[in-house]
Amino acid sequence: MFDFKVVTDWIDTLLRVQLGLPNFWTLAIEFILVGVAFLAAYAVLALILIYVERKICAFFQCRIGPNRVGKWGILQSIADMIKILLKEIISIDRSDKVLFVLAPFFVIMGSILTFAALPFGKGLHAIDFNIGVFYLIAVSSLGIIGILLAGWSSNNKYTLIGAMRSGAQLVSYELSAALALMTVVVFAGTMQLSQIVEKQAEVWNIFNGIAAIPAFIAFVIYLIAGHAETNRGPFDLPEAESELTAGYHTEYSGITFGFYYLAEYMNMFIVAAIATTVFLGGWQPLHISGWEGFNQVMDYIPSVVWFFGKTAVCIFFALWVRWTFPRLRIDQLLKFEWKILMPISLINLLLMALVVTLL
Amino acid sequence: MEITASQIIFCILSALIVGGSIMTVVSRNILRAATYLLLALIGTAGYYVLLNYHFLAGIQISVYVGGILVLFVFSIFLTSQVGEKMPKVSWSKTVFAIIASLLGAGLCLFVLLTQSYPYAEQVAQTEISMQAIGLSLMGTERFQYLLPFEAISILLLACIIAGILIARKK
Repeated sequence: MFDFKVVTDWIDTLLRVQLGLPNFWTLAIEFILVGVAFLAAYAVLALILIYVERKICAFFQCRIGPNRVGKWGILQSIADMIKILLKEIISIDRSDKVLFVLAPFFVIMGSILTFAALPFGKGLHAIDFNIGVFYLIAVSSLGIIGILLAGWSSNNKYTLIGAMRSGAQLVSYELSAALALMTVVVFAGTMQLSQIVEKQAEVWNIFNGIAAIPAFIAFVIYLIAGHAETNRGPFDLPEAESELTAGYHTEYSGITFGFYYLAEYMNMFIVAAIATTVFLGGWQPLHISGWEGFNQVMDYIPSVVWFFGKTAVCIFFALWVRWTFPRLRIDQLLKFEWKILMPISLINLLLMALVVTLL
Repeated sequence: MEITASQIIFCILSALIVGGSIMTVVSRNILRAATYLLLALIGTAGYYVLLNYHFLAGIQISVYVGGILVLFVFSIFLTSQVGEKMPKVSWSKTVFAIIASLLGAGLCLFVLLTQSYPYAEQVAQTEISMQAIGLSLMGTERFQYLLPFEAISILLLACIIAGILIARKK
């Protein structure tokens, strides 16, 4: 299986040995390269996701979807991107200007910080924190602040109600998501993402013997809670268009609205990617113990393909759910979290602890 | 003296924290003050990352940014509106506040500069593993902290119950 460490090591020796740069400048250039790569990947993935979502939604509703720009409309999101970049950013009278401008950056920062710590393939992992899973939970909470500030600074009752709903929803569902991830941390005995992936080389967590039962329950809980955290249907009441026009980002226009749009799509990707990494073995290929030939064939598929393939399956689940269930009311939403999802995830955590101690 | 990259990062973080803290106190718009406080808290988390103590940085962000600041913002939502400004502080109060803060800063500086640090050399240079932190928090042996940990849990439980009691009171 191709190890991306070859590429990163090559760049490192090129800078250090061939060009003879001192340590400081080597690191500075590498940081900038990594940063540019992540920003580009973030934008490109979001464009692909927007196209995919529009197409899949169309098929769910027996439509064709975008089909004018390019073959099968594949250039549609690029055209939309150019349009949104050219649009005017309208400044709102009697709003809090400083916070209004600042808010989108918090949302996009929270999302990029999470995105940058994911292991995308073998050796393709920018920063491998010792506290991996905990880091992901911690920095994603920056987005909540951005949403709350946006709702308040627009000085509009719809945005305020949208932000309040969103804040309550994110704070509540974060607990279930974190407890679901903790279940796997108990099983793996580490929080480091690279080690969690490494331990799934033989068998993925959701197929791993008796531990598969709590792991699978945690997987389902994480998908539900993560889906709620991305503010998408059936949990999209912070931006319920029929009652709140567009929720907390009603007053934003041009690229500032584009930031919210981008962050929403990328959060969907990030939730799917975390679920892949923690429960579905990350970039590890599918191995079935005893089937040597099968395992050999699976090893030939590159790790990046495995990662993005599994993530795509999780994203498809999210879209499927979105177009299957009607929107919840706010009281139903909070009741569902605090009275059903939370107790189940706590009991599930206990179950996993029992499995780990008894085995 | 040669300047290293970590010193540059330290200076940027310090500027963020000092600037954020001063703006928090000076700003007359309460939600802006909360946002500046957020910048100071994120800068503090940056210090911990610089010290290679990622666990504390994660705690700092998830507790202060994800928890306490969200609560602040929620309570501000319910009590104030855009454009509302806090009343101007009187001239004499400003002067006394500046004197008090300068005295406090002077005292802190005096203590920090005269104090000797015998244990500074013994600080772990590599990152402490999560397992070590978890075991010392949950262990019952010498230099392990299960009892304080549980005491704090009971205190927080008492706070939650008290909060519910006050909220339920007709």
